[in-house]
Amino acid sequence: MSVATENLTGQVDILDQPLESQMTISMGPQHPSTHGVLRLELVLDGELVVKTVPDIGYLHTGMEKLFEYKKYQQGIVITDRMDYLNPLGNNLAYVMAAEKLLQLEIPERAQVIRVMMCELQRIASHMVWLGTHCLDIGAMSAFFYCFRQREKILNLIEAVSGGRLTPSYFRIGGLMMDLPAGFERRVKQFLDDFPAALEELTTLVSDNTLWQSRTKGIGIISPEDAIDWGLTGPCLRGSGIDLDLRRHNPYSGYETYDFEVCVELDCDVWARFRVRMREMFESYKIIRQTVDRLKPGPTKADAPKVVLPDRDDMRKHMDSLIHHFLIVAEGFNVPPGEVYHAIEASKGELGVYMKSNGGPKPERVHFRGPSFVNLAALPVMAEGEMVADVVAIIGSLDIVLGEIDR
Amino acid sequence: MSTEALNDFVNKLKEENSAWVAEVKDALGEITVTVPRESIVDVCSFLKTKHSFDLLADLCGADRGVEEDPRFEVNYHLFSTKHHNRLRLKVLLSEDEPNLNSVSFIWKTANWHERETYDLVGIIFEGHPDLRRILLPSDFDGHALRKDYPLRGYEPYSLT
Repeated sequence: MSVATENLTGQVDILDQPLESQMTISMGPQHPSTHGVLRLELVLDGELVVKTVPDIGYLHTGMEKLFEYKKYQQGIVITDRMDYLNPLGNNLAYVMAAEKLLQLEIPERAQVIRVMMCELQRIASHMVWLGTHCLDIGAMSAFFYCFRQREKILNLIEAVSGGRLTPSYFRIGGLMMDLPAGFERRVKQFLDDFPAALEELTTLVSDNTLWQSRTKGIGIISPEDAIDWGLTGPCLRGSGIDLDLRRHNPYSGYETYDFEVCVELDCDVWARFRVRMREMFESYKIIRQTVDRLKPGPTKADAPKVVLPDRDDMRKHMDSLIHHFLIVAEGFNVPPGEVYHAIEASKGELGVYMKSNGGPKPERVHFRGPSFVNLAALPVMAEGEMVADVVAIIGSLDIVLGEIDR
Repeated sequence: MSTEALNDFVNKLKEENSAWVAEVKDALGEITVTVPRESIVDVCSFLKTKHSFDLLADLCGADRGVEEDPRFEVNYHLFSTKHHNRLRLKVLLSEDEPNLNSVSFIWKTANWHERETYDLVGIIFEGHPDLRRILLPSDFDGHALRKDYPLRGYEPYSLT
């Protein structure tokens, strides 16, 4: 009896001491909670993370090289495949950079539709983030509720563009085509149901004590560090910095919409989660306003040498047919220059650096993916946390490997 | 964003040290300041500490063409979370000496951007803590975004 007690106390003593040796394990690239093909090299002391080294590049497809070999309008299709959860945001950043070089004026209706579609896409993107974030932490059921909402939005995107995940709906100078008949009614139907769905998710996830204990106080990054590491979007606003490019560098008429920039001060996984949850409701508010503003009008800029003519015009006017042929066969020349255009995508600042040498193909296109920059800050957030919390932190960063590796 | 506000920053740069500004270009609502290679670190830390350009939005390299001299350029897109202005700094580099000093100790975010630029364009950042390839495998031959690198590569790349 006494021998057994001695052994037991001895064991407890050993467990209280830190391990003498550290262990390096490789997490991913096939780990389900790394959201694609991210590999992390974790140096562990027991369950505590000492060091994290992200290893990326498994999905590198040389898109930036490909842009240099494609005409400007062909490049739009490539952007769909970068951040595949937010393709319309990528389209917008790319076409707006090209429009800035061409100095095109975009008609009012096209701008309103762009804002509407981008905000719908933002909700869809946040729904995937919420579903997978919950799945990572172990809350299975929320995933289905999220994907039901996302499905409705994908149906709307399919209705306007024909593609669910690769819409390529925004074109240089405007839109691919006007909204289909009855689209406003379908958007309103979605909007009518959405607040209740969001409320349901709040009761399911936010008010859950288990969820709160898994997210509060985890993955802390101070506001100074957040800026130093270049965090943008919900990750930066979760650290208490009031920065939203829709408000501070407005584009596409965002300055005329009434919405709130959601900021949380806790700097942890919970704060980033709260920012995105509140942001979805702000997106809902913006979409409501865009539906009221939809007035009939042109959806393409008045630039016949750049914008493809309507099908009907081509049948009636010879010059439209000639322009169509030239744009498709030879492309259009863009004046020499360079621009950097940044938009507030669902994950943060999505910047496009575009340089033209005067020809129909860009000389250099560089995408500043928010996921790429946000992931670089993972080692700071994960240091000193448990292994299981690393999964929660990755979820709170909302990364898409298609955009990181490009 | 008005370019007048941005021109103020350029004037302040010139006042501080006229050798820092080689050329200023005002086009399409954006200001590009060409900075000599030696002074990029000084300019960056001056703009960060004195004029609160605290966020490095982007850093990217570009190949201007095989025939061009200087052949390479590195673009720094600075942004401020206080006054929300953007400024582009540009450094031109010759083909023989594509080296310049790293800014990764001014903004930590420059770390990965510089690794990417090294990986794809082949620009060497001196003083970078960990200058390895980031997107391409470590045994990859050449720098894919150079203009003389063929679109399909030199030979089919195999993992074995």
